[in-house]
Amino acid sequence: MTAAAPGGRVAAPLGWRVARLAQRRIETPTAQTLVLSVPGWPGHLPGQHVDVRLTAPDGYQAARSYSLAGPPDGDRIALTVQRVPDGEVSPYLTDAWAEGDPVEVRGPVGGWFVWRSEQTAPVLLVAGGSGVVPLMAMVRARRAAGSRAPFRLIYSVRTPADVIYADELRTRARDDFGLDVSYVYTREAPDGWRGEPHRIGLADVNTHGWPADLEPLCYVCGPTGFVETVADLLVGLGHPTRRVRTERFGPTG
Amino acid sequence: MSPGFQGRRRTTDPALPPGQYLTEDFPVLSAGPTPRVPLDRWEFVLATETGDEFRWSWAELMALPQETPTVDIHCVTRWSKFGTSWQGVSLDVLLDGVDTAADYAQAHSYGGYTTNLPLDDLRDGQAWVVHGYDGEPLPAEHGGPARLLVPHLYFWKSAKWVRGLRLTVEDEPGFWETAGYHDYGDPWREQRYQGD
Repeated sequence: MTAAAPGGRVAAPLGWRVARLAQRRIETPTAQTLVLSVPGWPGHLPGQHVDVRLTAPDGYQAARSYSLAGPPDGDRIALTVQRVPDGEVSPYLTDAWAEGDPVEVRGPVGGWFVWRSEQTAPVLLVAGGSGVVPLMAMVRARRAAGSRAPFRLIYSVRTPADVIYADELRTRARDDFGLDVSYVYTREAPDGWRGEPHRIGLADVNTHGWPADLEPLCYVCGPTGFVETVADLLVGLGHPTRRVRTERFGPTG
Repeated sequence: MSPGFQGRRRTTDPALPPGQYLTEDFPVLSAGPTPRVPLDRWEFVLATETGDEFRWSWAELMALPQETPTVDIHCVTRWSKFGTSWQGVSLDVLLDGVDTAADYAQAHSYGGYTTNLPLDDLRDGQAWVVHGYDGEPLPAEHGGPARLLVPHLYFWKSAKWVRGLRLTVEDEPGFWETAGYHDYGDPWREQRYQGD
């Protein structure tokens, strides 16, 4: 893809680039998609992330990592940021950052938790909360590449109002051939939902995932406890550990 | 640079490497499912560049002199945690009497993870195979039954679920190192990614 393509050995330093806010989309009461204009952006793969760095007037800097939410659009990249109430960086990005204001970004980073459009194996995506972001990047990249790899997404959220990309997921589940989307609600289910709110369990993964003998590639992203649970369930269902890739969201503020 | 940004968790603590912030939590970073390794099948294998092998069962590891290092740890995802308490065996003990001309070591883990380090960074009281955390057995999600502890490097070098070390003449990049992360990983020089 580029000199910074993951998996290869990169000799050149990953430099910081100036990025400006081009567009802001409200996804949920606590999550926003930020479209950044980054001149010279080298491109990236779905699942990769970037570091975002803020600089205060006195030179103090703070940086955090955010997953890229979809394929690049020229020099434009999209991040979806969950506002961490006590955080240092995310509240600035969601509440204070104005269109045209500069920050710095560095990336793309990460060569393991990625999906490549040449891959034809079935894919199971399991998202917990804002862990859906890098998985949505894979769903979007699949569509952009015209891939026919069968995809299933299981998305665990607290309530229907917490679903990020709700409208687009509805559309894609309808229009993208070979993409299935199912939900697990942990606190409050929508009207007409069959069953009670519950934490993701064996029945969810077994019913809405792929059988292990189809040898799917599984991507699991979410908070640590969620990822531990789902990865253990997948191994218990016979998926080889090498086919289960995980990314955990810690407290990243 | 970023209008309106002041920064809130400003820390001037000289023990905090650049670009890191302090956490009281103990976040987890790993690439796949957590391996579960029964102690009666656990072993640690040290292989030299000439093919000599040194093996320790769980009972044999426990019978070695134990240390209780209290150290600061620094994750490449930018959290640092001060004063973590561990129990385990110094690599100096495991390397004692091992005849080698190797300059590097590749740690390998149950589950397939690997990471590479200069052998000198494992000597002189800088590294341990630890099996206890905060006075308790090391939980599996944090690398139990045993993990490497090399606190002066970013924490991915402290391989979880460690099963052995292969001493090598050449530097052989491990899992994260071939995925774009720095070959050495010194937090004080912010060696996060290749080329840093």
